[in-house]
Amino acid sequence: MADKIKTTVGWAGHTETREIELPDGEPPPWDANSQLKIVSGRVARVDAPLKVTGRAKYTWDLRFPGLLFARVLRSPYPAAKAAKIDLAKAKAAPGVRAVWSEPAGKKILYQGQEVAAVAAQSLQEAEDALALVEIEWEKAPHATDTESARKKGAPMVFPAESQPPPRRVPSGAEITHDGNLRTIVATVGPDVERAFREAEVIIEGGYRTQVQTHSPLETHGAVARWEGEALTVWTSTQATFGVRDQVAEAFKLPHEKVRVLCDYMGGGFGSKLSGGAYGLIAARLAKDAKAPVQVMLTRHEEHLVAGNRPDSTQWLKLGAKKDGTLVALHLKSYGTAGVGVGAGVAGPMRSLYRIPSIKTEESDVFTNAGAAAPFRAPGHPQGCFSLEQAMDELAERIGMDPIALRKKNLKNAVQAAELDRLAHKLGDKWSKRGKAGAGKGAVRRGIGLACGLWYKNVNPQTAVEIVKLADGRYEVRNGAQDIGTGTRTLLAQIAAEELGVPMEKIVVRIGDTSLPHGPASGGSSTAPSLAPAVRAAAFKLKQGGKSANAPRAKEYDALEDQIGGVQAAEVEVDTETGQVRVVRVTAIHDCGRPINRLTSESQINGGIIQGVSYALFENRVLDRNTGQMCNPNFESYKILTANDCPEIDAEIFDVANAGNNTSTAGIGEPTTVPTAAAIANAIYNAIGVRARELPIGPEKILAALRGGK
Amino acid sequence: MAITRREWFQSVAFVGGLVPATSLFKTFAAPPKVPLLGPGKIKIQLTVNGQVRALEIEPRTTLLEALRDHLALTGAKPVCDRGACGACTVHLDGDAVCSCMLLALDARGRSITTVEGLEHKGKLAPIQEAFIEHDALQCGFCTPGMIMSCQALLGHNPQPTLDDVKAAVAGNLCRCGTYPKVFAATMAAARKERHG
Repeated sequence: MADKIKTTVGWAGHTETREIELPDGEPPPWDANSQLKIVSGRVARVDAPLKVTGRAKYTWDLRFPGLLFARVLRSPYPAAKAAKIDLAKAKAAPGVRAVWSEPAGKKILYQGQEVAAVAAQSLQEAEDALALVEIEWEKAPHATDTESARKKGAPMVFPAESQPPPRRVPSGAEITHDGNLRTIVATVGPDVERAFREAEVIIEGGYRTQVQTHSPLETHGAVARWEGEALTVWTSTQATFGVRDQVAEAFKLPHEKVRVLCDYMGGGFGSKLSGGAYGLIAARLAKDAKAPVQVMLTRHEEHLVAGNRPDSTQWLKLGAKKDGTLVALHLKSYGTAGVGVGAGVAGPMRSLYRIPSIKTEESDVFTNAGAAAPFRAPGHPQGCFSLEQAMDELAERIGMDPIALRKKNLKNAVQAAELDRLAHKLGDKWSKRGKAGAGKGAVRRGIGLACGLWYKNVNPQTAVEIVKLADGRYEVRNGAQDIGTGTRTLLAQIAAEELGVPMEKIVVRIGDTSLPHGPASGGSSTAPSLAPAVRAAAFKLKQGGKSANAPRAKEYDALEDQIGGVQAAEVEVDTETGQVRVVRVTAIHDCGRPINRLTSESQINGGIIQGVSYALFENRVLDRNTGQMCNPNFESYKILTANDCPEIDAEIFDVANAGNNTSTAGIGEPTTVPTAAAIANAIYNAIGVRARELPIGPEKILAALRGGK
Repeated sequence: MAITRREWFQSVAFVGGLVPATSLFKTFAAPPKVPLLGPGKIKIQLTVNGQVRALEIEPRTTLLEALRDHLALTGAKPVCDRGACGACTVHLDGDAVCSCMLLALDARGRSITTVEGLEHKGKLAPIQEAFIEHDALQCGFCTPGMIMSCQALLGHNPQPTLDDVKAAVAGNLCRCGTYPKVFAATMAAARKERHG
């Protein structure tokens, strides 16, 4: 019988009591009044000792007796046909044990597409043998940038009928096709043209953002080993179960014949949510060679084929009343995800503010370039870059404080409270900031802010098992992976808290599909899926027995169905050199009741740092004449270094949301959403001209200053 | 359209033909006599973490490959393979170097320390303890290189400023964005070494 209980939700100074129905066997949610010992503290990672000593084994580090090493031959051309492929010489080379290739005549759609592979006793021998593969290429016309792919008569990347389907389509949306262009048109509320006629102020502007590669430090890769008809794959992944399903399907194997393992992995940021061609190549070569095979991408390959954040060209029109009430929004945008999908940017436009009438027209432009992959809050940093600059323009036009304007229109009450907190923390720096462009001297300081949000996602298949071991310790089991967010530690903390034992009594086993089902680490869903499930399992175990298995824990109506954050950036702009330095970022983010403040802070730092890097430095450059990437490395693909790192003040805004029994929400993605927009607004405050194109390199600042307003 | 080494030398010789014969003579006529190594494997000895280790490697093998593939020391990570990220950082006579940019045979006779060699009598080095305490790591793939760069700094400069720390890890990329905590951990380790 379900009980009705009262629970206190809210945040400091703003709590309310709600009644919820508690199902049998479920612990009452930890709420605003729960006094906890281990959860919500600052707890060092349980696996940190292995990581600081080099003992943590990543896929790159695996070595087995008889392990073979493979290298992949990839197309140097963005559009071509591999008319003939001759593997004879490679096959006969020293140390070579297996070779693989696509069939002759294979159509190539992007630079870096897999054509052949060699497995040998050493990586050096595999590389030597790869040079002996002979291929007769027939080059074809290509289009690698959105401008040329949109032109009439541009080479078609896909025939219209074989374009990959869009990832997400809002309900009621219309889809149109025009050459390489596919457009999704969606509306909310009444006719947008009529709504704009009622607007008293209209802000219009164009924006561009670049292609960013994920660039995890550990490249993508896998080790495959067959034992009869059973296949084991070790891989650097964000989705052990997803990879298992893909591999099983590719080799027509039942799920139980495929086991996927990931002990440690060196970063993914969304690019490691699927198995990739390298995993299948490793498995094919391993089958032929009757030996385990390791395929790890080089940095060059990683930049070409392992995913990226699509670019965007946006035109945004925002209509409001003079008192700041938003009335209409119209977005037209296009961008390229290469041969993949997902160049839309309208997420923030549809979800950040209450806007009665919205029309979004988002186009994917197919081009001859490596496919995009989900990248930390897909679409949101791009969309925020334009929307949050437009909001600042609107505030200036109607003479309203940017914080007041946002608070007036925000959907999320938590975020409005976070803006108050941010204003309090910034103090005079915000309230007494100079007028845009009013500073004197060569180096001008500015301050700007932006909001960002993400969605609450949960994996409904999650289950956690806890077993009492003979030595008195407890083993927590789930098959999901730890991508560096501290999943092992989170599981140990919650189990220890609920069982009332010290953390040393908890052993955590994860990263193995032979364990209970776990979430993919995408969509900021890992913590909100696992935290309530491990608590439910521990709660069950306390009732007696030697083990307990809790399936997906109960979800309640949460206080807010978004997770959000607000960030302020302080910048210095050198008006003589065009150099921008981000001096400090102050950030307030919520993730329900934080499980571990130490690791959650690290994620906020990480999101901000990736955001600064995106705003100022990163840019994948393709040569439009050859269709090849000009900077597939780490010396000319620029990523923020220690010297460019701003001072960061990351604060977690505790919200007892009672969305589940631990009040847990994710935090990985929203932390990178508002950063670029906050920096752009700070630059405007410093020099009085807008940076409308990413990355904001010195040349863009100087051009903006020359062009004036 | 890769050019072979021979074609490259031919093109260089052709350009060289335009240079006065005297300078050409100085440049090419008397190459210093050095023993040729390889092709094929050669035997070398390396001193790693205080132990002398015997290896059989091809001369083209980098120190990073020798450590990882021949000595099973996988703490140093392969990330960019061209000295642009610092993940393969080890110490050579106490200095931080990128082990991917050095041939293993050029490390003969030098004292090599890897992250596996930082522990002393089963006890973590203060820098390692500080990294744990300050959560100066996330995925952990840059961590061994980051720690070796910070440790080399403390070896040369026990009282670093924040700018010294930033400069010491300026060549160590971290994609998860742990830099602020790396700075804090290193400053804390320096204080701890000073005050015990």
